[in-house]
Amino acid sequence: MSETAVGRTARARAAAAGVRTARKSLGSPLGSLVVIVVTVLWTIPTFGLLATSLRPKQDVASSGWWEVFVHPDLTLSNYHTVLFEGGFSVSGGLMPYLVNSLAISLPATLFPLVLAAMAAYVLAWVRFKGSDTVFFVIFALQVVPLQMALIPLLRLFSGGAHLGSLTIVPAVDLSGTYAPVWLAHTMFALPLATFLLHNFISQLPRDLMEAAVVDGASHFRIFTSIVLPLCTPALASFAIFQFLWVWNDLLVALTFAGGSADVAPMTARLAQLSGSFGGRWELLTAGAFLSLIVPLAVFFALQRFFVRGLLAGSVKG
Amino acid sequence: MPTASLATARLAESAWADASVKLLNSTVAMVGFVVALLVVFGLTSLVRGRLSRPLTILVLLGPALLLLFVGLVVPLLRTVFLSLRNDDSTRFLGAKNYVWALTTESVQQVLQNTLLWLVVAPLAATGLGLLLALLVDRMKGQAVYKSLIFMPMAVSLVGAGIIWKFVYEARDAAQPQVGLLSQLAVSLGWEHPPNWILSQPLNNFLLMVVMVWVQTGFAMVVLSAAIKAIPDEITEAARLDGAGGVRLFWFVTVPMIRTTLVVVLTTVMITTLKAFDIVRTMTGGNFGTQVLANEMYEQSFVQYNVGRGSALAVILFVAVLPLVAYNIVQLRKERATR
Repeated sequence: MSETAVGRTARARAAAAGVRTARKSLGSPLGSLVVIVVTVLWTIPTFGLLATSLRPKQDVASSGWWEVFVHPDLTLSNYHTVLFEGGFSVSGGLMPYLVNSLAISLPATLFPLVLAAMAAYVLAWVRFKGSDTVFFVIFALQVVPLQMALIPLLRLFSGGAHLGSLTIVPAVDLSGTYAPVWLAHTMFALPLATFLLHNFISQLPRDLMEAAVVDGASHFRIFTSIVLPLCTPALASFAIFQFLWVWNDLLVALTFAGGSADVAPMTARLAQLSGSFGGRWELLTAGAFLSLIVPLAVFFALQRFFVRGLLAGSVKG
Repeated sequence: MPTASLATARLAESAWADASVKLLNSTVAMVGFVVALLVVFGLTSLVRGRLSRPLTILVLLGPALLLLFVGLVVPLLRTVFLSLRNDDSTRFLGAKNYVWALTTESVQQVLQNTLLWLVVAPLAATGLGLLLALLVDRMKGQAVYKSLIFMPMAVSLVGAGIIWKFVYEARDAAQPQVGLLSQLAVSLGWEHPPNWILSQPLNNFLLMVVMVWVQTGFAMVVLSAAIKAIPDEITEAARLDGAGGVRLFWFVTVPMIRTTLVVVLTTVMITTLKAFDIVRTMTGGNFGTQVLANEMYEQSFVQYNVGRGSALAVILFVAVLPLVAYNIVQLRKERATR
């Protein structure tokens, strides 16, 4: 009897294994072909952009980028031209815009990250009357799309705030500085950042937090020397997401930085160039690729954090 | 020639000087921010007694709440208020801006386009993502395929727009084509392919391709994780019962990942509704390709029609609200069960 039972299990196992191999082989060649075709299709446009940006001007004007396989004549001169000279019949290259992108993205990542971590810590561990309501309101603010806040916020930055004739916030001239862009990005990032970090911070071990309180540590001490170090993975995921979000953003940049070389980032400038100087492909492609290098490097170097942060942030307003 | 290269060298030099000043400014801002916080933390922890706790809460929570109030809550209410007034906000108009948005012919086309985007792009991206998720699982080296298909997600929509504008570039037939699509059409024997970006209504779909290109990888990665989470026993039991291929897919796989499918679909819908970058970069909203988010930007910040712009923002908000609300609730549920 036991023999048949063993036999039956063995047979079932063999059947299961058979199913597994069947699943592996079933439709495999066709399926694999589909995946490979899609992967190639998905990669070609970016490759074409890169190839064009590396070809000499006259080649780009006289033939398609696929000729690069026949006449592999490559140069970096387009990059030099777009970075420093301009070449779009305007003086001045993209270098200042590239710098602006970086100078905007780094603080616009740090500010919301720290402020949200502080708020999340209070809401999770220093609870007070109404703290649940506060958390829920912050959580609910995620539904507000950027577009709803742009006009009033721009007016606030340029004209201050008034109630009748009473001035609540005086007009401060921030134009020509990064401050409005930093502030706007910080404000818009807070709901999601607070929500995500709260999820993480509230899961920290209760014993640890209580022991710290018993030892007489202040909340500031607990926050800086226990909470922040333990939250590094969550902070890193959000930081990467937010950095790329700001780097790739066009809406906030156009609204709060305008198009001047003093403050506007790459995205704003490229959107302009694409409209008015679209004919110079060797330059436009080089410019576009310059703005892609940073996100692509982050993507390939930190893929796991990136995917995690991106999935968590996919509901961002 | 030497003068030219000298001028270039000078340009490069001033560009580097400008860069160092800007990056220094931004570093000072970050360091200043952290130092200021630490000083406030230090000072506040000196306070003892009854005031200590409320002060702590104020210091840690106050900045975020203030910024949210000033940056989101007040603007939200003000945008609704502005949408009920005329374009320089001097007169109360009631619902006139909304009537304008819903009845003007040009805006109706914008709304139609937006609706088309909202249906086509998310369905295509999710459908293709699902197909790839099913197929890629069984392949060797799946990580490589996955990351290459996911890659467009890292790129800005402006960058994506330029990449595809170049694919769609068309020249007249006397010249060699430099756009991939035009060349492909010529090679297949179509002697005079159209100027793609200008051909209505085809151009709308060509712009949607860009969104699908960006979002498919996202759909694939999320759905692939959901499919892997289906317990092996369930699929094997179904197989032993004789379900295979298509039937297994429809009656086992799809129901098991239904929630994830809907979340992916709504997430892509939200992105699609709010994205104005693609249209702005590729056509500027011309040639019948305008969508709501870009029209909102045009009305508000190019034509300074604040009332109309605000009304369009409110419409966008109302459209996106149920999708985001659904997503957040799902996200919360998922967290709660885990």
